[in-house]
Amino acid sequence: MNQNQALPIPANDPFGKATTGKLGMWLFIIIDGLSFAGLLIAGAALRASAPSWPAAGELLNIPLTAFNTFLLICTSFTMVMALNAIQKGDQAGLKKYLTYTMAGGLIFLGIQVYEYYHFIVNDFLLNTSIYSGVFYVTTCFHGLHVLSGVIYIACILYAASKGRYSADNWDHVEILGLFWHFVDLVWILVFTVIYLI
Amino acid sequence: MSNSHEQSFWSKYIFSLDHKVIGKQFLWLGIFFLLFGGFQAMLIRWSLSNNMEPLPWWLLGDFLYQSSPVGAGIIGPDAYNQLFTMHGTIMIFWAITPILIGAFGNFCIPLQIGAPDMVFPKLNMISFWTMFLASVVLLFSYLLPEGTAAGGWTSYPPLSTPVGGIPGQGQTMWTLALTLAGTSTLMGAINYITTIVRLRAPGMDYFKMPLTTWGLFLTSILNALFVPIIAAGLIILLLDNIAGTQFLVAGSKATIPGGDPLLYQHVFWIFGHPEVYILILPAWGIVSDLLSVFARKPAFGYKVTAICMCTITALSGVVWGHHMYTTGMSPLLGKTFMFLTLLISIPSSIFFLNWLGTLWKGALKFDVPMLFAMSVMWVFGLGGLTGLYNATITSDIYLHDTYFVVGHFHYTMAASVLFGGFAAIYFWFPKMFGRDLDPTMGKIHFWGSFIPLNLVFFNMMVMGYAGHHRRIFDPSEFEFLKPVLGLNDFMTTSAFILGAVQVLFAFNFVWSLVKGKLAEKNPWGAATLEWTVDHPIPHGNFSATPQVVNGPHEYSHPSLKDKDWLAQSEPLPS
Ligand SMILES: [Cu+2]
Repeated sequence: MNQNQALPIPANDPFGKATTGKLGMWLFIIIDGLSFAGLLIAGAALRASAPSWPAAGELLNIPLTAFNTFLLICTSFTMVMALNAIQKGDQAGLKKYLTYTMAGGLIFLGIQVYEYYHFIVNDFLLNTSIYSGVFYVTTCFHGLHVLSGVIYIACILYAASKGRYSADNWDHVEILGLFWHFVDLVWILVFTVIYLI
Repeated sequence: MSNSHEQSFWSKYIFSLDHKVIGKQFLWLGIFFLLFGGFQAMLIRWSLSNNMEPLPWWLLGDFLYQSSPVGAGIIGPDAYNQLFTMHGTIMIFWAITPILIGAFGNFCIPLQIGAPDMVFPKLNMISFWTMFLASVVLLFSYLLPEGTAAGGWTSYPPLSTPVGGIPGQGQTMWTLALTLAGTSTLMGAINYITTIVRLRAPGMDYFKMPLTTWGLFLTSILNALFVPIIAAGLIILLLDNIAGTQFLVAGSKATIPGGDPLLYQHVFWIFGHPEVYILILPAWGIVSDLLSVFARKPAFGYKVTAICMCTITALSGVVWGHHMYTTGMSPLLGKTFMFLTLLISIPSSIFFLNWLGTLWKGALKFDVPMLFAMSVMWVFGLGGLTGLYNATITSDIYLHDTYFVVGHFHYTMAASVLFGGFAAIYFWFPKMFGRDLDPTMGKIHFWGSFIPLNLVFFNMMVMGYAGHHRRIFDPSEFEFLKPVLGLNDFMTTSAFILGAVQVLFAFNFVWSLVKGKLAEKNPWGAATLEWTVDHPIPHGNFSATPQVVNGPHEYSHPSLKDKDWLAQSEPLPS
């Protein structure tokens, strides 16, 4: 079977006109979301049984991470703009907005690394306490998602630079967008649970 | 769609994108580990009956455990712990999972729904090779100086953590291997679900799908929902093992306050209970279809069976606490879990009755797949009934961690799932490889498995009721076990017969592959779509997309003349 051949969508499909690739990505997002749920609930359970737990803002730098959160929300916006551009056939716009999104993701990671560095020199390590462990595991798991997202954007950007996408071929961009929005959305949850509550 | 282009050996047999080849790869992997894990069971039985005696030559006593600290060729207590840990892990995640889900999921789903292939063939290939990598990591742990993981297949902390646990890196390798295997399973789940949603042939409604595909579909949904949870648990366990965290460590040995070993048990069983259904749902589906084929009549209550399977799938997510009654759970919570667990027996009984309904007044043909399918009814019936004693708090508190539990889950998992897998292998072998498995050897394999298996597993429950704890090294040490030690030896002898007969199966498999009788296109007269394709099945499966008009079990329709079945894509003769 030809890999690139678009598969027909059966009549009366309850999932409407969603392409098969999109369906696969949705399933992946559910799976990935559940693994985040597993980590967040495990963190909450550890917190519930912990003898003490630092208050919000006591150890973590909330303003810096709030800026990071804002930045990630902005990249969701540029991702929408990228899809919007290619749906109109604007190849240059697609590349421009994908680059912005990727840059945003890289800055996010940079700030996270800075934050980690700051903690590490102050002896706040993975095995310092249950609290530090939960912090590192959850944020690092999310950071790895941002990193994969950045690599994923780079791949799509490469294909875009070869002129792969057009006004009637943007499915891969939309699927990339789904993943990126998911990574953003999960961050808002992680930020709330780890930093704010 | 059938573009039979030239392919190199590598792209045809090794890095194949064809679901049929990938299915066979999973089958080979599964059978290898089935024999491997089965051999470990033989060593366990030897040790239980002939404690601290050197292994005989026929258990490879001249090669194994030569540098054992308790004497050459002798299984010591540490080695024994490793044996039962790896036996459980391998049988569940490396033998029956690849056979039932990997092999038959891949082989059957596209063929049974009339699809040219899986929807994501590359993902499918990566899924197999991830599983292969997981196997390499797992086998590598046998080379470690301290040996493999030894904390039981459940790997509860503190046994599985470096603080107060078992020394060595075996647990780390175990955790890594299981994470990889889980990743492979998840890739499969995404593929199977999307394929079933998207690639059903015209007319193939959900309620026209064969029950095998139904079982595999529900299994994939459970995998997608619950494997991510254990993945989170495995990450935490891995960090405790390699990064010095103590998320799962408590008590006087903990240097970081606030860890919680019970957290792991919750996470493990939130996944672990659905895992039981992940394994048995495909077997249920296969048995439901096979009973219909070999009774030559439509499956009784087909739709009800499918709906019951869906109900069980939903319920399986909310009963995990029945594994943890003895952890100091609040009585209210315990009773809730008990009630929900017992609720599962209602849909299970309904479809069990449907199986009997299928057989009732059928023209039964006792071919080897049918023998295995019917034996599943027996072993699953016993496994299900004994489950009630484990689900009920009052009896479970006595039976917990005894051989009663071991017998129960061997009846459900080892016997029901494995016999379902054997039924599937005997049934689809002709379609997979174009040759029949030898039926005489098949029948010897069946009776040689069925009788000793019951003698072993039933007596496990008797031993458990007598108080035999599931993980003790030497039962002869205990005064209260003295009266049942004869039974213990009898079980060991039965287990050796059971093991020897599996060698016959492996021989039959390889022999029939080369020398077996060439198979007909539809040797069993089955109605599902996979029997309408010629072998060897071309890459792309169907020469024309089938139009489905019938349900999956059109047998003995009164208007049929020269044959008694109607393929799903074949209109009734007017
Ligand atoms: Cu259970």
